[in-house]
Amino acid sequence: MEIYKHLAVKDPDDLIFGHSPRPLTLPNGLVIGGGLVYPELNFTLPPMSISAETMPEIREQYRQIIESACARAVDLYVPGLVVEFELLPEMTRTPEWGAEITAILRDCLDRFAQRDGLKSALRVTPNDIREFERPPRMRSGGLWDDMIRSFELCAQAGADLLSIESTGGKEIHDDAILYADLPTVAYALGVLGARDMTFLWDMIVRVGLKNGAIPAGDTACGFANTAMVLAEIRHIPRVWAALIRVMSVARSLVAFERGAVGPGKDCAYEGPYIKAITGYPIAMEGAEAAVAHSSPIGNIAKATADLWSNESVQNVRLLGGAAPTVSLEQLAYAARLMNTATEAGPHTALMLRNLFVASDTTYDPQAYVLRPDVVIDLSREIIAEETAYGRVRRAALATAQCLRKAHHDGLCPLSPQEVNWLDRLSKQADTLPEAEEALIEQMKDQIDPEKIRQDQYGLT
Amino acid sequence: MTIIDELREGVIQGQANVALEKVKKALEEGYAADVILNEGLISAMSNVGQMYEDGVVFVPEMLIAARAMDKALQILRPYLVAQGVKPVGKVAIGTVKGDLHDIGKKLVAMMLEGSGFEIIDLGIDAPPEKFVDAVQNKGADVVALSALLTTTMPNMKTVVDALKQAGVRDKVRIIIGGAPVNQAYADQIGADGYAPDASSAVRKVREMLGV
Repeated sequence: MEIYKHLAVKDPDDLIFGHSPRPLTLPNGLVIGGGLVYPELNFTLPPMSISAETMPEIREQYRQIIESACARAVDLYVPGLVVEFELLPEMTRTPEWGAEITAILRDCLDRFAQRDGLKSALRVTPNDIREFERPPRMRSGGLWDDMIRSFELCAQAGADLLSIESTGGKEIHDDAILYADLPTVAYALGVLGARDMTFLWDMIVRVGLKNGAIPAGDTACGFANTAMVLAEIRHIPRVWAALIRVMSVARSLVAFERGAVGPGKDCAYEGPYIKAITGYPIAMEGAEAAVAHSSPIGNIAKATADLWSNESVQNVRLLGGAAPTVSLEQLAYAARLMNTATEAGPHTALMLRNLFVASDTTYDPQAYVLRPDVVIDLSREIIAEETAYGRVRRAALATAQCLRKAHHDGLCPLSPQEVNWLDRLSKQADTLPEAEEALIEQMKDQIDPEKIRQDQYGLT
Repeated sequence: MTIIDELREGVIQGQANVALEKVKKALEEGYAADVILNEGLISAMSNVGQMYEDGVVFVPEMLIAARAMDKALQILRPYLVAQGVKPVGKVAIGTVKGDLHDIGKKLVAMMLEGSGFEIIDLGIDAPPEKFVDAVQNKGADVVALSALLTTTMPNMKTVVDALKQAGVRDKVRIIIGGAPVNQAYADQIGADGYAPDASSAVRKVREMLGV
């Protein structure tokens, strides 16, 4: 277990796309974080049911998607390609289905590698299906067994990288976002989420090692991205989503402490923090992920990416071809520009990175907290604490202060409503107890046992 | 300022204890339960809903107000029953089978409740039988279906078909919502309407029931 006490990237200018202090080299020679940014393509099915009856059609859909995407990647001379297969819940509940699709994708990637020299990697992301039972059992039961088996079978079927969007703590986090309840968010991320990640990632690392797959990384998608999407539709203040983003870093970091080595998951917008702290490469998504959802960080997300992703796109027909193929082309051009800047020299690469940063930061506090200098400053604060909860608490306090200063200095102007909410949330952060035990005690009376089994987190 | 005004203000500010105290006081002063409900609680939530639509407040303020209303309703409910006051309609709401997304459904339920509807919350990953049961045995006037995935939206049609098969389709209005669906999809599967967000869902349900 590696406890991060020092930053892997100390100078903001070194936090840049394509370069990680600890690049990842795959057996086929593909180096992630070693200088080049590669596209990472993700895709999903068009509206259709998933069942044994529809599986023949589903296989065909995935065959068409991957063949077409690989052909376009060759046509566009991409220097490397990462493909993510994010299973659909039914495919994790019937692990053989997920493994079957993994094998189809593997076979195609191998053929293109052999025939056209296309270097690639396959990331497979089984679903955290534990939440299909409410309250979920986090460490045992049929759903847990299926999930683990899904990891094993997909790894055996040819996954290079293993990831998950884990959800431990989400049982109470969704409501906490909606009620702007910061202590409950801190509890969900720093106490429950961190405990679950420890247990879960020990298992994923074991499965990866046993089956020759790399344990890549997790994401706070179910937490911070839920907040981001709610902020995007004006359901919650943007400062609240920004706070949750930075508070989520400590939770995602646990995967790396337990043995994940990257590349971090694309929808983990907390990725720049992970890269600054651990030095491992990250996937990011932004402008080209508008096919899946809107976001306020379209350009700034590129600033530190090692893989550039589209999040997900349905396999529907567009004028330019199948949507995943079109999406791959958009990613390929975005990555090519970044790589061209790198090739032109560090000064040019930094200039491009700074343009990505400058074009987003003044519009939204969620973009502001991804500024490389802000990432370094806040990461330093986060790792000054030793426990996950301590880190979450410190993140809340430091981020609130950072946003207040950014508003005051005109670097990230906030509306009066946002400022009002920043004050309210800041006051809540001030009430967080220093000791984790005190928060656990404080939450005891507030937790609804119909929503969550605390014993599943090692709590009584 | 009457006690009803004070109640309304307490709910708008999300002060549950104030709302509770004012409801008790209004009852003591002899206000009829339906007046307290309509002019105090529902009017307050309608105000908050408008403030949200105008961009003055966010969802947390709405939810905190709804929580205050809920506390007050706990006191008021027996009086409403005694007076024979009925909800404006009964809505069975759920996220369809295979889909675990909760937030959109929860917001629609909260907004409907704040507008005087009774809610039968069928939860997430809800099989068609639950919707049929809500109509057959619990008197739901409206079925509200939520889905967030392209692979679960077909399960909305499964619910529509199940209601048809159970012979209760004509007794109920069906509304759908969620990121991957739209009015065209509602038409295609034989639902009665679609709403893109929680506020318009309330308007649509009201329109469907003519209330």
